[in-house]
Amino acid sequence: MKHKIRVTINGQVREDEVAPRQLLVHYLRDVVGLTGTHVGCDTSQCGACTIHVDGKAVKSCSIFAVQADGHEIKTIEGMAAADGTMHPLQDAFWNEHGLQCGYCTPGFIMAAAYLLEENPDPSEDEIRKGLEGNLCRCTGYVNIVKSVQRAAKTMSGKAEPEPASAGE
Amino acid sequence: MAVSQLVGARIHRREDPRLVSGRGRYVDDMTLPRTAYLNVVRSPHPHARILTIDTTAAKAAPGVTAVYVAADFDAVLSGAMPVAPAFVAEKKTVPDRFPLARSEACFEGEPVAVVVAETKEQAEDAAELVEVDYEPLPAVWDLEAALAADSPRAHQDLADNVAWDLTYNADADASFAEAEVTVRQRIQQQRLAPTPMEPRGVMAEYRPQDQAMTVWMSSQNPHFIRLFVSGAMGIPENRFRVVSPDVGGGFGCKISPYPEDYLVPAAAKLLDRPVKWIETRTESVQATTHGRGQLYDVELAGKRDGTMLGLKVTQYLDAGAYVGTFGAFQAVACLVAGGAYDFRQVASRTIAVLTNRVPTDPYRGAGRPEATHLIERTVDIFAREIGMDPVEVRRKNFVKEFPYTNPFELVYDSGDYDKPLRRTLEIAGYERLRREQEEARSQGRLLGIGLSTWIELCGFGPSGATAPATGGLALTESAHVRVFPTGSVTAYVGTHSHGQGHDTTFAQIVADDLGLTMDQVEIRHGDTAEGTAFGYGTYGSRSLAVGGIALHRSCQKVVDKARRIAAHVLEAADEDVVFEKGAFHVKGSPDRSKTFGEITFAAYGMGLPEDMELGLEAISYFDPPNLVWPFGAHLCLLEVDPETGAVTLLRYIAVDDCGNVINPMIVEGQLHGGIVQGIAQALFEEVAYDEEGRLKTGTLLDYMVPTANEIPPIEMDRTVTPTPVNELGVKGVGEAGTIASSVAVINAICDALAPLGIRHVDMPASPDRLWNLIEHARSTAPQGGDR
Repeated sequence: MKHKIRVTINGQVREDEVAPRQLLVHYLRDVVGLTGTHVGCDTSQCGACTIHVDGKAVKSCSIFAVQADGHEIKTIEGMAAADGTMHPLQDAFWNEHGLQCGYCTPGFIMAAAYLLEENPDPSEDEIRKGLEGNLCRCTGYVNIVKSVQRAAKTMSGKAEPEPASAGE
Repeated sequence: MAVSQLVGARIHRREDPRLVSGRGRYVDDMTLPRTAYLNVVRSPHPHARILTIDTTAAKAAPGVTAVYVAADFDAVLSGAMPVAPAFVAEKKTVPDRFPLARSEACFEGEPVAVVVAETKEQAEDAAELVEVDYEPLPAVWDLEAALAADSPRAHQDLADNVAWDLTYNADADASFAEAEVTVRQRIQQQRLAPTPMEPRGVMAEYRPQDQAMTVWMSSQNPHFIRLFVSGAMGIPENRFRVVSPDVGGGFGCKISPYPEDYLVPAAAKLLDRPVKWIETRTESVQATTHGRGQLYDVELAGKRDGTMLGLKVTQYLDAGAYVGTFGAFQAVACLVAGGAYDFRQVASRTIAVLTNRVPTDPYRGAGRPEATHLIERTVDIFAREIGMDPVEVRRKNFVKEFPYTNPFELVYDSGDYDKPLRRTLEIAGYERLRREQEEARSQGRLLGIGLSTWIELCGFGPSGATAPATGGLALTESAHVRVFPTGSVTAYVGTHSHGQGHDTTFAQIVADDLGLTMDQVEIRHGDTAEGTAFGYGTYGSRSLAVGGIALHRSCQKVVDKARRIAAHVLEAADEDVVFEKGAFHVKGSPDRSKTFGEITFAAYGMGLPEDMELGLEAISYFDPPNLVWPFGAHLCLLEVDPETGAVTLLRYIAVDDCGNVINPMIVEGQLHGGIVQGIAQALFEEVAYDEEGRLKTGTLLDYMVPTANEIPPIEMDRTVTPTPVNELGVKGVGEAGTIASSVAVINAICDALAPLGIRHVDMPASPDRLWNLIEHARSTAPQGGDR
């Protein structure tokens, strides 16, 4: 028994038929083909699957695809500007070496984007508490915190965006 | 090394734009047409006889393509899974392990059958319909209990549970006879789940017309996997391709082959369609190899003036139900138990115990964190015993002259152990911290300062030392550098990057060596069908110190040939042509010059010297003459709440020395992550089992990986002591942080609890463990004092 859903994903409306048991993350990955949203656990601890639903950070493994019916979804693939310019958080993670294996990164960027939406000028402590729902095994969080701090500055206009140096 | 533009610079990683954009390609991001999904049926018992497996209901379930038990794979799989000699050439008992258990399942999570279906949900549902009739058997998991004569056996047919019992050095008696003070301590190393954020995964496609297999998998070690699995399937290496695409972390648990690495390609061959299996986190904690799982008895002999004379170490290693492929690597702890200190004698023995748990295998540091923990802990206990500051005891006993040959004939290449220690103490303001501690103590507060003056050995490894250890293949490394006619370069390496940033650092080396810009250089790794014939993968902090040198040497060969071409074109003698800043010119005539790009085009054109072949590419194999030995000094400042046992980390300072550095940003990142993994072992993580030997920490709900909120900022600096072992002067850094940090934290906790008479704390130092220790200490020694 499948259910019809209508969702807006990264600005595009689409309709699909989904099984009632299908989690939103599997719908996004397996049906829509947006594989930037990752699965890192089966108990909603790791946050690798964090996306935005109606502007709020949500672990997409914790809701069913049918529950997304009528809602607006943004994934990591929808973060860059239409011309391909990276979102300040993407740029900051690159600049501050805020990622290593990169598996948790999309979830962190989505969680951090919501954090900065709610609190544009967070303290280090607020960043650490605010990202408690996401796990990273590579970075020790040191540079993730720096990345969010940098993005907060550029997003609030306190610092000019500075492109990462690829050594060219 | 030439003066460089890129080597040594903080170049941002070229792999990042795709990864921050959600455009990475991990195994589960790829699906082929007609892909079927595999689910593994696992034993729920620590130990059980398998009486019957009834697959009837599962086979009849919707979407099911096949249900296989062990016998169904007999036509396509043969032989037991490999166990490398590693540091224990002669083992006593190595139970044969096969991808599927036939008649006896020996750990919770051991695969007994597989289900393949059209969708992963159908495979998952049908797996629950496979009816396995188990007869539970007595299980064993406690190391000491397992060694008792009347213990249940981990496998029914075993004479005892001893996998090996090897004494490397028996004698430290003279040191102990001369000792004025001896201290002894038992030290636990709890089992840890490596927990890369991407669990394991395998997808395979067999093309019968070509008799060719392709396997995509989340692995640190694709060439070794090809070697093992192609052999088991009887498919030649050259028609068996293993691709490790983007890999979401490894930390050692993606080195060895697993049952699924055999079962997925075997199922793909039997079914003649692509098959995919993606591990769940629960499976990962349950059935992916664990790290550590050891127990040490340590005894140190010294003098009242702080001189340390001798050390005796016995390692009890929980091998699990089967010996892990590289499980015996962990015995290396016995060979570096003396740490940074000039012991006259070190005696050590390793005893591996078979238990009804998932096998242990390397986990970040593999043996070196354990060695650092045992020696740094014992040095502190000795310092306290003789009433000397732990800094002074360390300084008095540091190895000071290099190369230094330790009691196991291992040669420390280079070092200056006091240098990072001085810097660490300076950053910390050590004297002031000690005064603050005194003041805090007078107020009843438990402030602790912990040190770790760690060393390690890495860069595996010299062929002479490692060929016996791998069962014949020498752990060398090769790199193939291919220059295209228009001057761009692709370099193929046999190592594998899964977070380490080789795409960037290796490109820095090549670009500097060939005088190119970064965007002219492409680094390829992780696909056995590309480039080098064999690669040994990434682990043991070896990629730069072994693979990086092969790459550098290939670049030198390319420059040498290009120089000869340039000499020919410039009508000069070979020896008169200089390569500088990306161009060749004649010595003394800078205007008589050709760019690298002009020469590369000429290399594929007409008019080369008569004795020269066309083309411009080179391959080099590097067999390092020795291991490399990084070192450093870490200091942890923390406070223990005497009422709750909770630990608050106040400062963490790390000064490390990994020789010359290609990219400081990446080195710092490796250290950050490593340090936090060690802190996690010290305070949070433990794979725990209940009184029936069943896993209690089966998900990330219970297995406590720290979040950003548990971790303090890290203060860092670096000293640079190049190694003479290779021409870049580089050591390794991937594991350094983890090797160093657990004991800095535990030493700080023990220091904090010293006024209560508490001498040692095992890991993880959870609030309830500390609270119980504090309560016990208060009830037995209300006046405090040393023990």
